[in-house]
Amino acid sequence: MPTCDLSGFAEAIASGEIDVVDLTFTLSPDFPVIVMPPEIGQSAPVRIEEISRYDAAGPAWYWNNLSFGEHTGTHFDAPVHWYTGRDLPNNSVDTLPTRHMIAPAIVIDCTREAVADADFLLTVPFLERWETAYGRIPVGAWVLMRTDWSKKDWRAYSNLGDDGAHTPGPDAAAMQWLVIERDILGFGTETIGTDAGQGGHLDPPYPAHHFLHGNGKYGLQCLTNLDRLPVRGSVLVAAPLKVQRGSGSPLRVLALVPKEVA
Amino acid sequence: MTDPIAPPRRKDPLKRTRQPTLPPAERSRKAHGLIRPAAEGRFMLPRCGECGTFHYPPREACPACLSFNVKLADAPAGGILASETTIRVPSEVYFRERAPWRAGIVTLDCGPAVIAHLHADCTLGARVTLSLQLDRSGQAVAFAHPATRTPNMADDRQWRELTADPKFRRVLVTDARGPVGLAAVKALKAAGAGTVFAGVPEQWKPFAGEAELRTLEGVSIVPLDVRDDRSVRDLAADIGAKVDILVNTAAHIRPGGVLDRDGLNVVREELETGYLGLARLAQAFGPVMRARGADGVNSAAAWVNILSVYALANLPAYGAWSASQAACLSLGQSLRASFRPGGLKVVNVFTGPLDIEWFQTEPPPKVAPAALARAVVDALQRGLEDVFVGDVAQDIHARFIADPKALERELAG
Repeated sequence: MPTCDLSGFAEAIASGEIDVVDLTFTLSPDFPVIVMPPEIGQSAPVRIEEISRYDAAGPAWYWNNLSFGEHTGTHFDAPVHWYTGRDLPNNSVDTLPTRHMIAPAIVIDCTREAVADADFLLTVPFLERWETAYGRIPVGAWVLMRTDWSKKDWRAYSNLGDDGAHTPGPDAAAMQWLVIERDILGFGTETIGTDAGQGGHLDPPYPAHHFLHGNGKYGLQCLTNLDRLPVRGSVLVAAPLKVQRGSGSPLRVLALVPKEVA
Repeated sequence: MTDPIAPPRRKDPLKRTRQPTLPPAERSRKAHGLIRPAAEGRFMLPRCGECGTFHYPPREACPACLSFNVKLADAPAGGILASETTIRVPSEVYFRERAPWRAGIVTLDCGPAVIAHLHADCTLGARVTLSLQLDRSGQAVAFAHPATRTPNMADDRQWRELTADPKFRRVLVTDARGPVGLAAVKALKAAGAGTVFAGVPEQWKPFAGEAELRTLEGVSIVPLDVRDDRSVRDLAADIGAKVDILVNTAAHIRPGGVLDRDGLNVVREELETGYLGLARLAQAFGPVMRARGADGVNSAAAWVNILSVYALANLPAYGAWSASQAACLSLGQSLRASFRPGGLKVVNVFTGPLDIEWFQTEPPPKVAPAALARAVVDALQRGLEDVFVGDVAQDIHARFIADPKALERELAG
């Protein structure tokens, strides 16, 4: 006799007792991709090229060739993505423990702060206030930074100025605290990166990448619909493509949300 | 004087679009020698290397001394209109559709008598200036202009058949993010183009000329990323039948040969924007443009490729990019043949290093984007198909014609 009721779980999904919220943007060529200085390497954008559509190239079938960089669309960052995680075991998407692909999530609502300041940085005191209100961040959880950034048009979403992107993210101390003190599974954002747009000017530069991946934690970015999640009590299903030695991949991120806490 | 052409009315959707027809294309091989000067806007005639006599039409031997030592040479283009006639019922379909048609014989100051198409302001016995033009069959013909400017002379009906004048035509500039695209948009508007569609890829990224582009009247900013199949096809679905001239300004210029780079990503990006971008545009916009070659005052008229002169001979400092340009040149030749049934011109505008960021370390002379844009407009107005803009492009072209092997070695440094 199994100790947990998987058929009950399936029934709860079928009946709608557990809501399945899609946290994924549609993978499309129009979606902004991280911008690098033009003289260094660039991510390939998403491309969808038709092979046939019930036509001379294939009379009864429609299919496409797909190409994209590992870090396009709603995507997953594995530890090997950053130099700090390069020597860790199981640090790429093909060796990622499957157990980590399903994990609880908590949502830190920074919407008000992000509206007031596009460069808003999530700090340890902010997180401590959150814990005072909602309880301790559980070990092994996804920490999702909600900013409603996903609701913007693409220009405001990427928010590029002549000094780079201006989007919210965590500061270095907050990232270190989440990784070391709370032992989270990973950190997720609605913006193009887990780091703030100006994160390259923090110490260390890109602290989310630095601390998450250096400690075997994961990143999720370009998430949407975080406003449909409860502060606590949801479970994320986030299984990246099994790309050989892949540093990340676009993926479908689903949140399981029990009706009573939604 | 010429009556100015009126802005074209909107099409009557109940009427069939006239199918393009072409003037007779048969010529001797010797006469094919006139195609290059016509494409470049030079007036050249066969000249005897022994006695110096010019002759026309091109022959195997000098009609004065029978020497076979005959070469094309730049010739003085002035003459007198010795006879003229108006052909009211021509037998060729192309001319019958355009009748009445005027032609005449011009006695050139340098000797030969040349049968030429006539500008309406050329009068019998008056001085005229000849030019060699490519007609819709891509063959060289002579055209007589009045020796002095007359009002609205560019609007002459027979002249407009030989050119791709942007006046009242709708133009797609494929990438207006950069300085070349912006300059092209402005120059085409200044030349009287109708709507100029300014393609902008990745509109979520701001760019330097954006504010200015948005203020230009008669300019419609459209989403277009030549690296993306769907983007190109979606735009063609919207405006394909309204593009009379396409000016491809999309470029991905990076220094270095393949040994200077790690991996092939940059090579792929150069081909993606350059070669494949051109191919995508051609597949999406080409068929309807070819079908609209005789669609009234604003018929589809020209396809403009902006190419590096190093498409002719590789510049190793930009070795991989030069190779992508050579691919574009070859595809451009293919497009010329493909567009021929529509009578469209494929205009290749070759330039040396441009005065833009990606040629920052190249020494002058460099071509200003505005000068390149002026050359594009000039080529369309004069009906040219091969244009070399600036000293570097002209020098490389001349050396390429003279000795491509020597040029290859010289460019290797």
